[in-house]
Amino acid sequence: MPRPQALPARPVAPASFAALSPPPAPVLETAVHIEALRHRFGEREALAGLSLDVTAGELLVLLGPNGSGKTTLFRILSTALLPASGSVRIFGEDALRHPARARRALGVVFQAPSLDRKLTAVENLRHQGRLYGLAGRELEARIAAALERLGLAERAAERIEHLSGGLARRVELAKGLLHRPRLLLLDEPTTGLDPTARREFWDLLDSVRAESRTTVVLTTHLMDEAERGDRIAVLDAGRLVALGAPAALKAEIGGDVISVHAEDPERLAAAVTARFGHAARVVDGAVRIELVAGHELVPRLVEAFPSAIRDLTLGKPTLDDVFVRRTGHHFSHGGDGRREGAAR
Amino acid sequence: MRGFLLAVATLWQREIVRFYRQPSRVVGALAPPVLFWLLIGTGLGASFHAPGAAAAGAPLPAPGSSYLAYFFPGVVILILLFTAIFSEISIIEDRAEGFLQGVLVAPVPRGAIVLGKVLGGTTLALLQSALFLLLAPAAGLPIPAPGALAELGLVLFLLAFALTALAAAIAWSLRSTQGFHAIMNLFLIPLWLLAGTLFPVAGAPAWLAGVMRVNPLTYGVAALRRSLAPATAAGLPGPGLSLGVTLACAALAFAAAAAVASRRPTR
Repeated sequence: MPRPQALPARPVAPASFAALSPPPAPVLETAVHIEALRHRFGEREALAGLSLDVTAGELLVLLGPNGSGKTTLFRILSTALLPASGSVRIFGEDALRHPARARRALGVVFQAPSLDRKLTAVENLRHQGRLYGLAGRELEARIAAALERLGLAERAAERIEHLSGGLARRVELAKGLLHRPRLLLLDEPTTGLDPTARREFWDLLDSVRAESRTTVVLTTHLMDEAERGDRIAVLDAGRLVALGAPAALKAEIGGDVISVHAEDPERLAAAVTARFGHAARVVDGAVRIELVAGHELVPRLVEAFPSAIRDLTLGKPTLDDVFVRRTGHHFSHGGDGRREGAAR
Repeated sequence: MRGFLLAVATLWQREIVRFYRQPSRVVGALAPPVLFWLLIGTGLGASFHAPGAAAAGAPLPAPGSSYLAYFFPGVVILILLFTAIFSEISIIEDRAEGFLQGVLVAPVPRGAIVLGKVLGGTTLALLQSALFLLLAPAAGLPIPAPGALAELGLVLFLLAFALTALAAAIAWSLRSTQGFHAIMNLFLIPLWLLAGTLFPVAGAPAWLAGVMRVNPLTYGVAALRRSLAPATAAGLPGPGLSLGVTLACAALAFAAAAAVASRRPTR
């Protein structure tokens, strides 16, 4: 007769019993709990009832086109903006009612530079440290370590106005990390950086996370950057339209995506659906077909509609495809919406 | 409490460091008032009759009551005012450049942020006015005794703090430096003009004298005249009233600045 198995030290109650039994220790600590967040600027609704949880230790990317509400959400998380309604808890503290308590846990790197350009890198960090209650030898040791860590030691005594954009950005990051925040908030941190500086920034962020398990929430409008997140929260028009790991989000499309430009996309889409049985729809002027084994359909498409097709691309699903699936329009009509593997 | 003081100290220090790294600011706050003093003081001096002298029908110059001497405390106030404006207008620039939002999301009470900023501006105003005070003998003013010097220091501090806090309250509620310049011309300069700095209450038409009597800065100027140029203080509000009003104004202006800074932004 099998012996009953020893109970796990911290049993997790089924959801239905959660209200009756004492709350179990959560398996994954919640760093940020956002519920029904709404805000408007005049007539424009910036956040339309957004709810989202961030797990401790993860890198969550807020991805959205300009005007999607991600910067508004960022400002609310950083306690710089009071929303019209909703609630935000940061490591359990009510960040809207008691912002002062939540601020202890936060390290914030805004999109706009927040350094004093007339002060040196060291002076900026010293100022920052004192605002967070650090002083004396402890502060100086941390500054030295941060400068060393971010490769800034040699330029420490120079005023910010004499540093390049990439170096200044690194000082910003050092500033945000100096007091060892549990939650690091980064708003479009690589904006204005050249590709090399961008790559360096990401490498630094990766190593910081590897060392400290800091929870990171980062906004971006660049899809290739978003892919570096543990999870991506996709925002559009103030709503959460998708949430998940990059691979999982793309997997939900399944298989391949064929995109066809044609003189008359509506007619071609109808003809493709009628002839091949694949759902074809028109998104931003192009015919899109999501299917498994797209390479088999491509030659048949070209043979069937030789004169109607202007050009055709076959690719693996991208985050833009996820965005299209959820919103019915492309992420952006500019360069950001380009497809990966479009030239295949 | 330690966190509060640490924040005040670091914000104060930043103001001082920024100031000496921008030499143009020293010139900007000190040169115009000195120039006004020399030009207006010399030009008006010929036709000016000090209140006491006018009542007696005696022509100038009487000892210690030449117009250069009469105008001297007014110029000290103007230096305090200009330094206050130049230092606190940086709140608007800090906001525009992004520095301020980094401070605002730090776990620091708003009162500490305002106090650090205002004490920084106050220190700079005191330093600038001290430089100008070295010219007092040239205006024919007596060198004060140690006791009077301490009183002068206190009066200067209260005036500098009040004016800096007033400028801070204005700057916290504005988003553009242009707006600040408009307020400076329409409100701050008239506030200074109608405080018995340029001409005495005694000789003014009744309606203007009324405005000057309700202007709190009139009492600050009176306090300054008593300790710096007693010969020009005849007929002004008494020392207790002057100091009391100035102290109350300093407290009020600081409370206003802290209140404006504590508003939670919804935009």
